[in-house]
Amino acid sequence: MAYTEEELKKELETKEYEYGFYTDIASETFPKGLSEEIVIAISQKKEEPAWMTNWRLEAYRSWVQMKEPEWANVKYKKPDFQDISYYSAPNSKAKYESLDEVDPELLETFKKLGISIDEQKKLAGVAVDIVMDSVSVATTFKKTLAEKGIIFCSISEAIKEHPELVQKYLGTVVPQKDNFYAALNSAVFSDGSFCYIPKGVRCPMELSTYFRINQAGTGQFERTLVIADKDSYVSYLEGCTAPSRDENQLHAAVVELIALDEAEIKYSTVQNWFPGDKEGKGGVYNFVTKRGLCEKNAKISWTQVETGSAITWKYPSCILKGDNSIGEFYSIAVTNNYQQADTGTKMVHLGKNTRSTIISKGISAGKSQNSYRGLVQINGRAKNARNFSQCDSLLMGNECGAHTFPYIEVKNKTAQIEHEATTSKIGEDQIFYCNQRGIDTEKAIALIVNGFSKEVLNKLPMEFAVEAQKLLEISLEGSVG
Amino acid sequence: MDLKDKLISSFLAFENNVDVDHPVHDIRSEAIKNFESKGFPNRKQEAWKYTSLNSLQKTNFSIFPKEVNALEYKEVKKYFLHEVDTFKIVFIDGVYSSFLSETTHDGVDICLMSAALSKPVYKKVIDEYFNKIASKEESLTTLNTAFSKEGAFIFIPKGKMPIKPVEILHFTTGTTEASLLLQPRNLIVAEEKAELQVIERHQSLTKNEVLTNCVTEIFAAKNSIVDYYKVQNDLDNASLIDNTYIDQKDSSVVKIHTFSFGGKLTRNNLNFYQNGERIDSTMKGVTILGKKQHVDHHTLVHHKEPNCESHQDYKGIYGDKSTGVFNGKIIVDKVAQKTNAFQQNNNILISDKATINTKPQLEIFADDVKCSHGCTIGQLDEEALFYLQSRGIPKKEAAALLMYAFANNVLESVRIPELKRRINTLIAKKLGVELGFNL
Repeated sequence: MAYTEEELKKELETKEYEYGFYTDIASETFPKGLSEEIVIAISQKKEEPAWMTNWRLEAYRSWVQMKEPEWANVKYKKPDFQDISYYSAPNSKAKYESLDEVDPELLETFKKLGISIDEQKKLAGVAVDIVMDSVSVATTFKKTLAEKGIIFCSISEAIKEHPELVQKYLGTVVPQKDNFYAALNSAVFSDGSFCYIPKGVRCPMELSTYFRINQAGTGQFERTLVIADKDSYVSYLEGCTAPSRDENQLHAAVVELIALDEAEIKYSTVQNWFPGDKEGKGGVYNFVTKRGLCEKNAKISWTQVETGSAITWKYPSCILKGDNSIGEFYSIAVTNNYQQADTGTKMVHLGKNTRSTIISKGISAGKSQNSYRGLVQINGRAKNARNFSQCDSLLMGNECGAHTFPYIEVKNKTAQIEHEATTSKIGEDQIFYCNQRGIDTEKAIALIVNGFSKEVLNKLPMEFAVEAQKLLEISLEGSVG
Repeated sequence: MDLKDKLISSFLAFENNVDVDHPVHDIRSEAIKNFESKGFPNRKQEAWKYTSLNSLQKTNFSIFPKEVNALEYKEVKKYFLHEVDTFKIVFIDGVYSSFLSETTHDGVDICLMSAALSKPVYKKVIDEYFNKIASKEESLTTLNTAFSKEGAFIFIPKGKMPIKPVEILHFTTGTTEASLLLQPRNLIVAEEKAELQVIERHQSLTKNEVLTNCVTEIFAAKNSIVDYYKVQNDLDNASLIDNTYIDQKDSSVVKIHTFSFGGKLTRNNLNFYQNGERIDSTMKGVTILGKKQHVDHHTLVHHKEPNCESHQDYKGIYGDKSTGVFNGKIIVDKVAQKTNAFQQNNNILISDKATINTKPQLEIFADDVKCSHGCTIGQLDEEALFYLQSRGIPKKEAAALLMYAFANNVLESVRIPELKRRINTLIAKKLGVELGFNL
């Protein structure tokens, strides 16, 4: 039985969000709306010191004066920021040492999501800091990490226990006033992860955090801060799934990475939030600011697989400040039905001999719009800077769109920049070639899509690559080799 | 009074000099309203992110030339493509010079916009084509529309071809005026199976500052062929905003070549609209800049129908403190299946102070297409330089040779040999070498 592209398209359209369910946990939720009082209340609730409260207020005051950005190639109904509750936490707040103590209902949620903690524990060396509606409820493998001097905890814990580190680095890469959503996040962030790798330490396991939006009508404002001290290495994983919800949910996270001299940070994301149903109803609004700072000889590598969210607005960036630093960006963005994604990266070359690589793969199906927006900036002092960018788009069906907006700004004559972009569909000759060799059309399409995204999938850590392939909305099950 | 207010108040004076009962005047009034509400573009607008018009707006431009300056042919001969015979439409400070021009009505019409607007015999053509594809939203284009009165008018009827190429030349002297703002308006219509070659040049002859805001509309009907060459090698006091709109029908071929070597600020807005099938659109450009020059190439190709092709190839060499901008946009509509769109932009920076900003942009809504763009920024190959030097070619000449080779791709498709030779000489001069490049 021949499997055509048409059928694949139909299958994609009718495929419901597999992970849409809602866990009934009594949540402690703030009244809707945002004001200085709410910001102060959030800060107090989290028992934060005065400097933190002031930092939030400063962000809030600048946010009030800012306007929502409109330049992105996405269309949506703007969220009413006064109709969102800015804090919600699961009620059972005790910290657990072992899984037995965790609320069984929560555990059930994770099982449904296919991220069973038991399995995770068994999988070689993955420490999971699970964030459910803003408050960290379970941290495992903490002790092993502590032996090495690695700090891996929730950011609220870090504010209490390691204020010197947080105060020194928070907001240095993404300042409070950076943009509308970063300012909002700085004012109201409820929790997130904090990670510090001491000098010369190579983190022995992949650190990972699962984010999930659970409570109806609550925005999720995560704040992540990863600091790799001199000559250290860490690989950080972030994975997301969210229950299905009719009204649009807002997510405005901020991730800051700091790689000091000779350090290396590898940050991988798999995002599969609820993309809205077939009619484009519902779905998560994902407005994320992610940025990393590279000192001398440092390296930051972003890898992302974006399959979810109704609206994605995300540009993981690298500021290559130190000489010989390296920035990398590998991305697969899949959009289907009415999803819209405007994603890409910024590579700002400041130091000498800095190098950056951008590989972006966009797959659009249904009635979706997929945009790549990137900036490569070579400053006057960045001698011998090198950049290679490649953005490929694959279109499935004639109702979707693929867009490319690459900005290249060069102020140094020694720079070498290459940029390539292509847009195409799956070639009939390619499928024919496979058919001819006894590979049926379904397998052929799977093979081609897999080959198309391989360059990026290869960059994911092994445990994640498996999940990423699963999450690629195109059903490739059983055919991905 | 700033330039915008001055222009708006000048419009009233302008109305005294034109036939306000002519249907075109409604178009003008509509256009000035749009300009009044939008004003000059600023850098907050995405399309003007890298080009600022602030300093130009501070200049006190004279909008109407007060007197006509006569020029002797020998003074300006070198700006003509004098090796071959051509039709010539020459303007001095925006005023038509019948002495220097050579127009025709023999089978084809190569004459003036003012004549086309006033003579009843052209009414049908004007009604059908005038301001039909020029943007009614973009503020500088509407500014030109509001003051549209003079320029070149070329009408090639079905199956015809002028016996020689057409040159459109704009000289500015401004001996009595401090600074001059010119707004020529060209209309070029090639009917079915017609063929045409046009060379356009803007040349300032004195040190007086000049700003030209030019709009050209080109209509290429079924199976027609239009070759258009823009030579931009003006003095450092001249700024040019060149807006070109091209409407193509089935199986037409339009090629636009832009050679930007001079001027203070040059902005090229090149817009192709493909309203038919099997169309071929080509835009190529060579940019060689030095000093504090600024060139901004904005191209748009809108693929609206299936089975069409577009090719873009822009080469840039930037020295001194010059800045270059390339912004190429390709839109492929949902119905435009089997589109083949190709875009390439290569740049060489030869100075530490030079800047290049490039943004090749694709917006694709159809799935069965082949679209690609490539963009590079780099330097001359050290090994190639060494190779040439080791064979006794001085470094400067060696570098010039390599740069010439870099730009040669674009020159190859120039179909008028004399023009090609002229461009070669200009390139050699711009690169500061005594090479003919007639290899």
